[in-house]
Amino acid sequence: MHGFRVGESVHRYRGGVSVVELRGAVALLGRFPALSGIDLSVDAGETVLIQGPNGAGKTTLLQLCAGLLRPADGAAVVLGHDLNVERRAVRRRVGLLGHATGLYGDLTVAENIAFWARAAGLTGSEAKSRAATAAGLMGIDDRLLSRSVNVLSAGQRRRTSIAALAVRRPELWLLDEPHAGLDQAGRDAVDSLIRDAAAAGATVLVSSHELERVRSLSPRIVTVAAGMVVGDTSAGEHGAAGKDTTGGGIDA
Amino acid sequence: MREMFSDARLVATKDLRIEARSRVLVNQVAPFALLVLVLFGFALDADQRTLRTFAPGLFWVTVLLAALLAVARSASVEHSDDAHSGLRLSGMSPSSIFLGKAAAVFVQLMVLEVLLTLGIVVLYGSEIDDPVLMSLTAVAAAVAVATMGTLYAALASGLGARETLLPILLLPVLAPVLIGATRAFDDALGAAAVDGWAWLGLLAVFGLVATVLGALAHGAMIED
Amino acid sequence: MADRNTSTSSSGSRLLGVTTLVGLVGLLLFAFVLTEPDVRLHPTTGEEFGQFDAVRLLYLHVPMAVLTYVAFLTCAVASATYLVKRGPWWDVTAHASAEVGTVFCGLVLVTGSIWGRPVWNTWWEWGDVRLMTTLVLFLLFTGYLALRRTAADPQRQARRAAIVALVAVLDIPLINRSVEWWENRTLHQQSTLAELKIEDLTLFTLMLGFVVFGMVFAWLMLHRFRVGWLEQALARYEVETAIAERHAEIETLDLDAAVGETGGGT
Repeated sequence: MHGFRVGESVHRYRGGVSVVELRGAVALLGRFPALSGIDLSVDAGETVLIQGPNGAGKTTLLQLCAGLLRPADGAAVVLGHDLNVERRAVRRRVGLLGHATGLYGDLTVAENIAFWARAAGLTGSEAKSRAATAAGLMGIDDRLLSRSVNVLSAGQRRRTSIAALAVRRPELWLLDEPHAGLDQAGRDAVDSLIRDAAAAGATVLVSSHELERVRSLSPRIVTVAAGMVVGDTSAGEHGAAGKDTTGGGIDA
Repeated sequence: MREMFSDARLVATKDLRIEARSRVLVNQVAPFALLVLVLFGFALDADQRTLRTFAPGLFWVTVLLAALLAVARSASVEHSDDAHSGLRLSGMSPSSIFLGKAAAVFVQLMVLEVLLTLGIVVLYGSEIDDPVLMSLTAVAAAVAVATMGTLYAALASGLGARETLLPILLLPVLAPVLIGATRAFDDALGAAAVDGWAWLGLLAVFGLVATVLGALAHGAMIED
Repeated sequence: MADRNTSTSSSGSRLLGVTTLVGLVGLLLFAFVLTEPDVRLHPTTGEEFGQFDAVRLLYLHVPMAVLTYVAFLTCAVASATYLVKRGPWWDVTAHASAEVGTVFCGLVLVTGSIWGRPVWNTWWEWGDVRLMTTLVLFLLFTGYLALRRTAADPQRQARRAAIVALVAVLDIPLINRSVEWWENRTLHQQSTLAELKIEDLTLFTLMLGFVVFGMVFAWLMLHRFRVGWLEQALARYEVETAIAERHAEIETLDLDAAVGETGGGT
């Protein structure tokens, strides 16, 4: 099932297995084209930084890749599954960190992490050990674990939802401004989490407004504007040094 | 199949734990239901014979009104901080999520019905002639209300004006449940001479159809 | 499909509309002037009884009641097909038939109530199976239309509406059964229609009613469907325009100001 069925036009100059293949993909929010024909190709194991002004479509791009939206037009294949037909197969293999925390306010931090671990199909003991690892990684101590999410600060909630995501160890990480609202230690924890995931072979898409601090994570920076890719900067290792590939939609 | 039930149990346990912590049912829904019983007493002029005659109907109207609050709360737990998206991404089947949420609502409705039974015995002077028929009716009707309620609350959330949309969608669908449960209670409480067991059969059919339909429809809905 | 058509009418539908109007006039003539009132003589006492002039309403009421069920059944079939196939055609058909069906259903309740006043001596009869079933059906589809008017994502709304329509139609037999058992008193039409002296003219008028209201139904469906179809075309056009606008946005966008410098070192 791997690979894509989009046709000849897809360039695979990076040589790896393609995890995200978008060709002229359009995603609608109501009748608004939040993605107006986006082209993006991401190989397995790659880390891609996504930047762009507010309203550019960064969040929608990540939601589309997560299989939460049905593409209204264009071709979209993620993890070998066509998003027009097999979104559920995609959803269970990706991890999406959105703007909302996705936590249950009346449950404790530990209960939240445990619930999402078991919801991902992990069994008792493995769920526990993975939860402990993820919590440790995000600097969540025992005192915090037993606290109700309702009384947490915004930063602590963010840490909790990142930990709940890390427990699942997804193949494709979709992080929507993961640094927002975090203190210095939290930001560092997110950075090392992304590095660990990449080192383990996972593919990571990170949107961020703070290019300065995330630049060290990856040489590939994709710029999104008006629902399209308008800039794609890759470093030398891909043989496309400094190449600014402008999105295909611009001349349309 | 086994995975489906273990996932459903996971979701149901989660919802019941949330209720145990937040106590919305105990602190808000149950007092509301008792208040409705009292208001019926005022409206019907405190004549105990009248109240006893109409106790079955008043009981089930009260259950439906309280159920509206319970299922709306059940849906808002998922939508207030977008845990809903997390559930969609979790890999659990939509049917098991539905069954889990409906099961949690069912448990809460059963608690509510026990409380309301006490309410009509104390306030309206109802006497229980047939406790077996009464309990089975309470269970069958709670299944029907919990499943249809969970489906329609999930359906209305995510659309505009969900608080006002839910009652107009849900209550007409539950009309047969109201009629059936009232008639069965008429028999069980000796309020009218009818065959309550036939009505129980109708309720059981409704509950079964609603459970299967809800589990299927929830899948179609969560895909959008 | 009439893609370039920006009106809901065509020469065919105009012809149908004119024929329907003529038919309606004819039906009213037969129902209210040419047919006899229902007057029967009691075999022993010789007293006059029957529905008298009220029977004339049945020539409108019965065809509309049948078409109400046809409309809601159409809605259910279209909704089920939409859930499986997702074609906009089915969605528009479901919406159109639900709306037309609700109008007919309301008229059935009103004409039935007016008929019931002289014949049953009451505007409303609780416990009558068809009356109650029709009322609950009317309320169910009022909810359906309310859902249709929410400001939600069109596709999501369409799928949820389809589920509501299916549940509503599946609920009909249960409602019917429960009301039937509820109060074992059914004063309704089984008897009244069967009791009527069905003469040639009466039968003809009733059949004419079915034909004429069938045409009214078809005409309404046609136009309502075309309105829905044009709405969909408009939505597609709006999306295309919005996409073109977004593409044009790029030209005027000062990216450097919006995101800081792109690429390059510090």
